[in-house]
Amino acid sequence: MSTSITPESRDNAQRDSGSRRSPKADQAHGADAKPNKTQVRLGDRVFLGLSRGAGITLLVIMAGIAVFLVVKALDALGDNNGNFLTDSTWVTDGSKPAFGVAGLVGGTVISAGIAMLIAVPVAVGVALFITHYAPRRVAQTLGYIVDLLAAVPSVVFGLWGLVFLSPKLLGLHTWLSDYLGWIPIFDKDETGTTARTLFTCGIILAIMVLPIIAAVTREVFLQVPRAHEEAALALGATRWEMIRTAVLPFGKPGIISASMLGLGRALGETIAVAMVLSSSQEFTYKILDPGGNTIAANIANQFAESNDLGRGALIASGLVLFVLTLLVNGAARVVINRHKEFSGANA
Amino acid sequence: MTVATTRIPEPRQKTPTPGTGARDEAGMTKRIEISGLNAYYGSHLAVEDISMTIEPRTVTAFIGPSGCGKSTFIRTLNRMHELIPGARVEGSVQLDGQDLYGPTVDPVAVRRTVGMVFQRPNPFPTMSIYDNVAAGLRLNGIKKKGDLDAIVERSLRGANLWNEVKDRLNKPGSGLSGGQQQRLCIARAIAVEPQVLLMDEPCSALDPISTLAIEDLIALLKERYTIVIVTHNMQQAARVSDRTAFFNLAGPGLPGKLVEIGDTEKIFSAPEVEATADYIAGRFG
Repeated sequence: MSTSITPESRDNAQRDSGSRRSPKADQAHGADAKPNKTQVRLGDRVFLGLSRGAGITLLVIMAGIAVFLVVKALDALGDNNGNFLTDSTWVTDGSKPAFGVAGLVGGTVISAGIAMLIAVPVAVGVALFITHYAPRRVAQTLGYIVDLLAAVPSVVFGLWGLVFLSPKLLGLHTWLSDYLGWIPIFDKDETGTTARTLFTCGIILAIMVLPIIAAVTREVFLQVPRAHEEAALALGATRWEMIRTAVLPFGKPGIISASMLGLGRALGETIAVAMVLSSSQEFTYKILDPGGNTIAANIANQFAESNDLGRGALIASGLVLFVLTLLVNGAARVVINRHKEFSGANA
Repeated sequence: MTVATTRIPEPRQKTPTPGTGARDEAGMTKRIEISGLNAYYGSHLAVEDISMTIEPRTVTAFIGPSGCGKSTFIRTLNRMHELIPGARVEGSVQLDGQDLYGPTVDPVAVRRTVGMVFQRPNPFPTMSIYDNVAAGLRLNGIKKKGDLDAIVERSLRGANLWNEVKDRLNKPGSGLSGGQQQRLCIARAIAVEPQVLLMDEPCSALDPISTLAIEDLIALLKERYTIVIVTHNMQQAARVSDRTAFFNLAGPGLPGKLVEIGDTEKIFSAPEVEATADYIAGRFG
């Protein structure tokens, strides 16, 4: 083994050549600055201007929206006789308007939570099947169908949920309350004949967010380096053990990010929930009973008939939804960053 | 096809899980007998009709020009080849008389018996140094902290890495240098106590000093394991191996073949085939 090129000697060599080069460079600078000065070409300048302008425009628009919303919301909150955060009434006319978002926030979180509980495991399963189990042709077809599902407009899901799915789910509602009714959330007061409940909304939301989560996690799973999969297999891992050892840990940040994308849609979904849910302003945790409402659906239902104060109140509720989404995303960021040094990006 | 005649009559039991049973030293290393092996990618024959015997507790080096099927062939020895879609193998590979390609043999069990180190260091980036070494043990159902600690330390010592990492076992394996990562991968591979260790150009992504460390390690490991190493570097083959196999292909698109195999000293001083002499003298490849 030749040891003549040690790291030290290599460093020295670099330093030597560096010191030899620098005086020349200085001379060139003094004598004629042209060849060394970076030339700014017209195309670069135009592109810089365009991209900087786009960035600034975006910020200005965002700030404009924020200011408008906050001003409108503050106006309305000033006239509120109830507690905006803890009440769940919604009276925006008459002499003593009183409104609060407690019930709406509850309904939003519950329906989105149900959606995530159902959608995330199924979506991860679909993505794993497409990337690691299915034969290539099946995988391609399935991937295409998943993408197609993501493109279905939410109003179609709303119609389908109202006309087709919710009647079919009535039996499941009864079954759940019969056998799991001792768990508070599955308790059912009404022996009602409708399944237009938060539970049904959660299922419809799950179907809506599933393709988003599945599509993103599929891309993440495809990024898992073959070398890591082979490392696991060479240790004598079965396919599932390989997925557990190499694929899922590598994909975890991606799964979380994908879930956040899906959760954003579930929290903000408007028309499907507005169509399906038989809503009430009261907060309910009994997901098998009709009632409850979400922020977005409430806005859609009320906006047309609202007076000025009512609109301000709805805008304020919209801001609450915005803050809720920010909090959830921030929490996800924290979870991802906590294990940054173990992220697959260091591979 | 020789498969039918060489296969032992009674169906082989599944390979015992390494590291769990008490095995005597003799059982540790195994002779590998390959006969009439063809490896395909789809309909493309990549490696044709290879027969050789790999002796226990020796280092056998595979040398030859690029594309001659060395890597393909070494991957047939632990059934990694067939993981590529469309890839398949004909012929037999016997580990102390047990056909690795027998109908009742589970490829997962084969890979637990025949470990592998890859060209590029590939520690799991999401795991700590400790967890990387323990990964194979956990797959084998060893879960007790005390057992794991002991085997992890023994494996890291065995890979000459313990002193460098003992204070940072919980740091990610991806934070190590390339040479350290490769030794970590070797530690991971020997933690499950395989009987054979395959190395597919283990030094090609490393600097000369790290290469030297790995070569020293190979000299130590051959006391306990049967080692097969693919290398592009003829000097390396001459330094580390006891026996050398020279592979070549007749032309572009034609399958790779084994030209000759023999004691390293003899292959490098007095090879029987002219192509071997030409390759070693640097006249092609």
